[in-house]
Amino acid sequence: MVRKEMIAMLLAGGEGKRLGVLTKDLAKPAVYFGGKYRIIDFTLSNCAHSGIDTVGVLTQYQPLELNRYLGIGTPWGLDRRDGGMTILPPYMQKEGGVWYKGTANAIYQNISFIERYEPEYVLIISGDHIYKMDYDLMLQNHKKTGAAVTIAGFEVDWKDASRFGLMHIDDDSVITGFEEKPKNPTSNLASMGVYIFNWSDLKQYLVNDEENVLSSNDFGKDIIPAMMDDSLLCSCYIFDGYWKDVGTIDSLWEGNMDLLEDKPSLDLGDPNWRIYSVNPNQPAQFVTASAKVTSSLITEGCFVEGDVDRSILFYGVTVSEGSVVKESVIMPKVKVGKNVQIHRAIIGDGAIIEDDAVIGTPDSDEITVIPVGEHVFPQDQLMGVE
Amino acid sequence: MKKQKIMGVINLIHEKDDLDALTHGRCTATVPFGSRYRIIDFTLSNMVNSRINEVGIFVHRKYRSLMDHIGSGKSWDLQHRQSGLFVLPPITDDVQELSRGDLFHFYQNRDYFLRSQPEYVLITRSHMICNIDYQQVLAFHLEQEADITVVCKESIEPLLGRARKVRMNVSGRITEIQDSYGPMISDFSNMEMYLMKKELLMDLVETSLAKGQDHLVRHAIFSKLDQLKVFGYIHDGFLACVNTINSYYSNSMKLLNPQVWKELFYEPGPIYTKVKDGPPARYKQDAVVEQSIIANGCLIEGTVRNSILFRGVHVHKGAVVEDSIIMQNGVILPNSTVKCSIFDKDVVIEENREVRGVETGPYLAPKRRII
Repeated sequence: MVRKEMIAMLLAGGEGKRLGVLTKDLAKPAVYFGGKYRIIDFTLSNCAHSGIDTVGVLTQYQPLELNRYLGIGTPWGLDRRDGGMTILPPYMQKEGGVWYKGTANAIYQNISFIERYEPEYVLIISGDHIYKMDYDLMLQNHKKTGAAVTIAGFEVDWKDASRFGLMHIDDDSVITGFEEKPKNPTSNLASMGVYIFNWSDLKQYLVNDEENVLSSNDFGKDIIPAMMDDSLLCSCYIFDGYWKDVGTIDSLWEGNMDLLEDKPSLDLGDPNWRIYSVNPNQPAQFVTASAKVTSSLITEGCFVEGDVDRSILFYGVTVSEGSVVKESVIMPKVKVGKNVQIHRAIIGDGAIIEDDAVIGTPDSDEITVIPVGEHVFPQDQLMGVE
Repeated sequence: MKKQKIMGVINLIHEKDDLDALTHGRCTATVPFGSRYRIIDFTLSNMVNSRINEVGIFVHRKYRSLMDHIGSGKSWDLQHRQSGLFVLPPITDDVQELSRGDLFHFYQNRDYFLRSQPEYVLITRSHMICNIDYQQVLAFHLEQEADITVVCKESIEPLLGRARKVRMNVSGRITEIQDSYGPMISDFSNMEMYLMKKELLMDLVETSLAKGQDHLVRHAIFSKLDQLKVFGYIHDGFLACVNTINSYYSNSMKLLNPQVWKELFYEPGPIYTKVKDGPPARYKQDAVVEQSIIANGCLIEGTVRNSILFRGVHVHKGAVVEDSIIMQNGVILPNSTVKCSIFDKDVVIEENREVRGVETGPYLAPKRRII
């Protein structure tokens, strides 16, 4: 086996409870985002652009569709002779097997996978976030500081801070304090869940953590605090690009709407940082004479006869005559009938919206969600129902 | 693995490259068509959708762009351990041999035919763009107990491109095939797709060459209509015969009929092409788009009517594109107008310009032209 300097371990087992009906049969990383992508495409493309060619993808919850989507990693350039993509579900061993108990336990159970590549560093990432980041720059920083672990940090809004693991740092970006989801935040520097560890250090702490029966086997709650208690050098790498946790209906909708800004802070069109995804093989989109399309992202295979404004249409969506789609996200293969009104909604893939149906209201604070494959009739009058 | 019945041959030997500037640097097979495809994608996809998994492309001239486009054949699921895609360039000692007929080149590559397993061979060109199930052609072939089945299109209106006419009798047997493109009154046009047993093809190759004849249609088939049972299979779906610049333009414009769009791209099977990872098309606030086909990666700030935009085209504010075909990465800068035009890849129209062709003679801008 060829030795690798750094390999990535991608945690893709998230259940995504807060995405409700959208993750009923689907792991969170496989949820659609941005007109033609799934959430996990962003992290995998980051790996591709950061020169990482060995990625272990740890799956657990509803992996069927995710596994099918990932295949052998070809769209992300990860079908390699040495390394490439390996899907790592929990498995049985001689003395029995268990589900992944926590993020750290998931890595612990795959120590032998990591050891095959004898890496110096291990990058831990998750398939839950939307961002474009060069992990190689972070690695250079990690080497320069000589830290045992480098955690990527992002300044979030104070009002959201309590949803994240928060860090206190000194002038040299050394982490002086770390709290996981505190009720009363004293910092707004959030951990992005992106870690680079020296493998020798991490391995030691994973083994110790596993022996501690009281541990929840989590990076943020257990491994990092343990390292800090032992005064290992923990460094923060501040990321100042676009980063969004799209783990809730509201944030998923907002993340999509961010792409529609005049100059979006996440540029999907950068030829030097393409977001790779599985191509659905659809013809180019057809916009008829009766259609009006403004401030929107539309993908291949769409057929638009109605009025689409400030919305995102995934592949194969039909919007028939007289229908209005505003401030909404329409996932693949949705059929929107005639004279339908859709406002501030997320429509799950394959849903069928019959003629004259009304979904959501223009000024609603709540985002209406239509489950995957749902059949919506006009009398349903769905508004702000999740 | 289930045994394959038909092998496909896309015969580009002496396929005319008459699309003016569009074929200066490439063969007809790789001319971009339909907003995100190349002409050959249709034939390749038809074959794959018809469970033809062994496809040979007899390339002839200007095939660099074809090699680039086809790659390993993976985009068409033609990258297998067994069978898959073969690109067969001419095997010639001497440049003069290049000009010899297709039978000569088939003969030079007879090992390819002999090594392959399928019993039947389907020979096509690339310039007849349609969506067709060849298994139905085979079923027809077997039912008629034909020696050769030729796919034909019945059309009262003349085809827009150049096609050979055929005549057939009431039972569907072909009695006459037009040799060149001279006058013949018939409603049937030859789509240049021939299905026969591989054995028969090999026999026709050897016997014709022995007589000093080296063209498949003119010599091997045309002259044997009385000895061989040659039947015409009528293709009911949409057909675009694209081998002149006018037929390219008019057939492209036909795609702007939603019925044609649905039929050509979805029925009976999907059309595959090489993957590009462009983002979704972005329509800005002032965008006006009517009756148009837009590919991913486009950025539209201006007006687009009755037009086809390929991947990555940027129509700036105040710019107007009408009745036109703009290929990959074209840029129309603010306040310029483009009408009845075909732009090859990477054409840039500077600000405040006006470019106009007419329907019967669209303006054609070659690759990388800056106006």
